[in-house]
Amino acid sequence: MSDSETPLLDDLEKGPWPSFVTEIKRAGEKKESAKDLLRQLERSYVDKIGHWKHGGIVGVRGYGGGVIGRYSDLPEEFPAVAEFHTLRVNQPSGWFYNTKKLRELCDVWDKHGSGLTNMHGATGDIILLGAPTDALQPCFDDLAEINFDLGGSGSDMRTPSCCVGPARCEYACIDTLDLLYDITMEYQDELHRPMFPYKSKIKISGCPNDCVAAVPRSDIAIIGTWRDEIQIDPEGVEYYAATGFDIQCEVVDLCPTEAIHWNPETRTLTINNKECNRCMHCINQMPRALRPGKERGATILVGGKAPIVHGALLSHVIVPFMKMEPPYTELKELIENIWEWWDENGKMRERLGELINRLGMRNFLKALDLPPSPQLVFAPRANPYYFWDPEEVK
Amino acid sequence: MSRTDFGPPDYREMLPPVITKNYGKWKYHERVKPGLLRHVAESGDEIYTVRVGSSRLVSTDWIRDICAIADQYCDGYVRFTSRHNLEFLVSDKSKVEPLIEHLKANGYPVGGTGHSITNPVHTQGWIHCHTPATDASGIVKAVMDELYEYFVDMKLPAYCRISLACCLNMCGAVHCSDVAILGIHRKPPKIDHETVRTKCEVPNVIAACPTGAIRPDPKNKSLIVNEDRCMYCGNCYTMCPGMPLADPIGDGVSIWVGGKISSARTPPKFSRLVIPYLPNNPPRWPEVTDAVKNIVETWATHARKHERMGEWIERIGWERFFELTNIEFKAQLIDDFTLASETHRSTPAFKW
Repeated sequence: MSDSETPLLDDLEKGPWPSFVTEIKRAGEKKESAKDLLRQLERSYVDKIGHWKHGGIVGVRGYGGGVIGRYSDLPEEFPAVAEFHTLRVNQPSGWFYNTKKLRELCDVWDKHGSGLTNMHGATGDIILLGAPTDALQPCFDDLAEINFDLGGSGSDMRTPSCCVGPARCEYACIDTLDLLYDITMEYQDELHRPMFPYKSKIKISGCPNDCVAAVPRSDIAIIGTWRDEIQIDPEGVEYYAATGFDIQCEVVDLCPTEAIHWNPETRTLTINNKECNRCMHCINQMPRALRPGKERGATILVGGKAPIVHGALLSHVIVPFMKMEPPYTELKELIENIWEWWDENGKMRERLGELINRLGMRNFLKALDLPPSPQLVFAPRANPYYFWDPEEVK
Repeated sequence: MSRTDFGPPDYREMLPPVITKNYGKWKYHERVKPGLLRHVAESGDEIYTVRVGSSRLVSTDWIRDICAIADQYCDGYVRFTSRHNLEFLVSDKSKVEPLIEHLKANGYPVGGTGHSITNPVHTQGWIHCHTPATDASGIVKAVMDELYEYFVDMKLPAYCRISLACCLNMCGAVHCSDVAILGIHRKPPKIDHETVRTKCEVPNVIAACPTGAIRPDPKNKSLIVNEDRCMYCGNCYTMCPGMPLADPIGDGVSIWVGGKISSARTPPKFSRLVIPYLPNNPPRWPEVTDAVKNIVETWATHARKHERMGEWIERIGWERFFELTNIEFKAQLIDDFTLASETHRSTPAFKW
């Protein structure tokens, strides 16, 4: 019989996948709060229910967001997690770090908190997990000393995120890291002081592979793309042909628009770019041979979200193509116009996608002065319930 | 007052010199083997990426460990991916194999590239959330122990993205995953009238209900829930601490399949419900790990190369999916929420 306090969780230290239980125990060697966290979690494993109270408003001076209050509902049994708040810390673009910066972050968190983190949270922030109320301001002050600012929470612009982009990906059609840094700096007020109807998420992917899941997860999705022809490198094509890669079966047969052709006799690959919908499949399979075109920019989609309140939505195209170069004036104007329309019309806790559904995509496009085009829809409507402006009926 | 609104550290300070030099000038990449990518720049420079799975919930000691490794092999540079993986960025080719050996010898899972199951995106669960219907890290650990071989290899037909969210808030936005594990409640809120009276704004709570199941209770200065219309989303509890709905018997896990995010071949799509409820059975949730393993391995056996879970199901039909996986088709799988009719079949053409 084990005399461990946490026999259920101890079982999760076995097996090949890295164990979060081991991590909590490591933090527990230095921090009583990490020990109590494990004890309280063991209680949840026995009771099959969580043991955190509902919410709680805490923060740091000058900000309305970035800190999430968390209180144990068993504070007498687990006093070290009676107050166990979260700080969301804005990550660097693309989640790149040098070890000096990471160690500075560890020093601050060892000084003020539980020593436990998420690298990273689902939205992209560094999550510092567990500090008492009176440690929050000193912790933020020390974070500021090493140039780490807080991220978003509540009804504000949430911390935007982006893919690895041109730093290490040949697919990147836009400079996702620079764009992310630029808009994060531009909208510091919107990030730190909740003033919207609800949360607003911006995510940036360098190509339609969408490695940050911008389409399902963000109110405003910026996806790199191109307008001209896929670049073909015959030497690269020859490399794949010579190494036995089945171009016909793995690439040509899977092209959704039947736009690519392979002639095994002449060993030439041709693309009917007019019919290509830029899905990325062929480029993904043959990166040595194929690259996105040279006339690059982004497609803007809006309205993606998880289920709460009225069901999950994917983002929808509103601007098929926009050039994406510093200082990103056209994009910023669009973002600000979207926020203004949403702020003016949105009900409390109504995400952008839900508001568009309630008032109609047509109204949204009209308010933003965005032109309709077939690129905005899978298919035109199948019902006869549409409106005319009296001005149009003369 | 300390300074504010200074933003995140500048990413340009975080990039290895080879990346700064070849920024935006990468030519191609290849997957050398599971967990190892090689990117080649137009200049001929190379960078090797060694990808490692993490538990997402990590200690500062763990971060210091990986800093020591990055100092030894990567000139002090490291990055994380959007799915909680860690990437060691190696500029010196001769250090790649010693790094991989070092990582494997110290229990770091090297993999998560190409046609693998990469690190599951997940949420906080019982560890640190106030609305969970299940734990997050525990299930992910149990599932990945079972499916470990698919992380460290690239033997699946296509990518397979597993994600977990511990309630319908879906902080992990798991709704477009090949396999989504979603915590659910199954009992209506138990109203604590005193808390509702003192801590909640009644009109906001009423407005928060997607099915209009909540109405005022003027006599009690509180609220009444029409339990027949409640589908336990927890929105009212988010607005009001007097509406708790977590319950050891009611809470559990649902399984969704066939979603995808990329636009490759087919547009992004939602995951679809296939198992409406499995019990919370900690510490290892055997019913959940069995279900996920069965779905993944049935897909792996039958799908064509490059065919994601959802693309495979669309080809063979949902009728065949339920037959092949031996999953019972329960009434909850038939949609009765907004836009439900889009999922209802309008043709007699279907498979037996």
